[in-house]
Amino acid sequence: MSGVGTGYDISCTTYSPDGKVFQIDYAGKAVENSGTAVGVRVKDGIVFGVEKLILSKLLEKGANRRIHTVDRTIGLAYAGMTADARQLVNRARSEAKNYRSTYLSTIPTRLLNDRLSLYVQTYTLYGGYRPFGCSILVGAWEQDGPQLYMIEPSGISYGYYATAVGKAKQAAKGELEKLKLTEMTCREAVKEVARIIHYLHDDVKDKDFELEMSWICPESGHQHQAVPESLLAEAEEAAKASLVEDMEDD
Amino acid sequence: TTGSYIARFLPHFASNAPLFFTMNNTDWMTKAHSMGTSIMAVRFAGGVVMGADSRTTTGSYIANRVSDKLTPIHDSIYCCRSGSASDTQAVADYVKYYLNVHAIELGDKPLVKSAAALFQRLCYENKNALQAGIIVGGWDKKKGGQVFTIPLGGSLVEQPFSIGGSGSTYIYGYCDAHYRENMTKEECEQFVINCESI
Repeated sequence: MSGVGTGYDISCTTYSPDGKVFQIDYAGKAVENSGTAVGVRVKDGIVFGVEKLILSKLLEKGANRRIHTVDRTIGLAYAGMTADARQLVNRARSEAKNYRSTYLSTIPTRLLNDRLSLYVQTYTLYGGYRPFGCSILVGAWEQDGPQLYMIEPSGISYGYYATAVGKAKQAAKGELEKLKLTEMTCREAVKEVARIIHYLHDDVKDKDFELEMSWICPESGHQHQAVPESLLAEAEEAAKASLVEDMEDD
Repeated sequence: TTGSYIARFLPHFASNAPLFFTMNNTDWMTKAHSMGTSIMAVRFAGGVVMGADSRTTTGSYIANRVSDKLTPIHDSIYCCRSGSASDTQAVADYVKYYLNVHAIELGDKPLVKSAAALFQRLCYENKNALQAGIIVGGWDKKKGGQVFTIPLGGSLVEQPFSIGGSGSTYIYGYCDAHYRENMTKEECEQFVINCESI
């Protein structure tokens, strides 16, 4: 099969004539095959939501978590290859732990983001390695307020008020742009994120999915925790209801 | 020497055996420079007031009567040094370097706690080699004025105010009696002046 990058896409050590490293782009494709992950930074905290596509009915509900805690007040969600992401989660935990050991305080989110970006980028330099096949969202609560960053397989990262990665990221970003995030509370954001993920889930192409959500907000003591069952159920109910409404409008 | 040992620990022998009793006045040639010191730091809302005496001794000789025991570590972080002059200078230089590198990566002024943590790491890991009693004082935007004390063993304690050095033993009572919480900068300055003057 001859594709776009034929000849120049074998390894990370080769540029194409138009200045791309195709292996990094292909890593991005791997991310796009995965269920959507959404992160929002609102007035009083961070909310993560992940669309976990259920590959088999035999899988235990609530297993195979896609959102992990790095340090008490720092959470990490991702889209892409699970095994690759676990490596990055371990690295993030290691960085946070070492920082705390040396400086006796929580690692500033911006610093953690920089360190992880550097780590991810390293794997785009060598022929013997492949880039990480996942995009990660790092969110945390700090004294100055909540922070949210996203790191791509290339190692590029930006700070965001809201972002999405995975299958429906373009559509999700479109939905997120409509929200007034700086005035929203975490409780409201949980409902919005649930609604967006339900709305963008493709029933035709994909099978069932499980919604996993976490937050860092005053209600959780500014610690990264799973959204309480009751609130999650409420949010999903409201999301499904609004989907039905939309269909009826048509 | 044998003579001074006998004179100090077995005094009844000294008077009966004058041949063994000798005077030894060469402390100042052999002893390490020590700072028989009074240092202190007091925090208030907008920062910290730090004070120290200026005497460095080798034995009973005053090697430097104008020493500066208050050492800058960063823009708004200082430390008071007591114990061995060389040890504390070396440790302070290391911390200054590490904190500088940290501040550049951080892109922001470092926390006082970070400086104190670095001091603690060095003082604890090298406790067998060092004689260093350090008080770290400074201001950061997260918690305002802070005082951390790191005594000989390398423990770290945050306190509203701290006194250190061999001269501090004499003013524990005075400090406990006269310290009040929430003093203004001027009140803190006067408190430090009064303590150091004793």
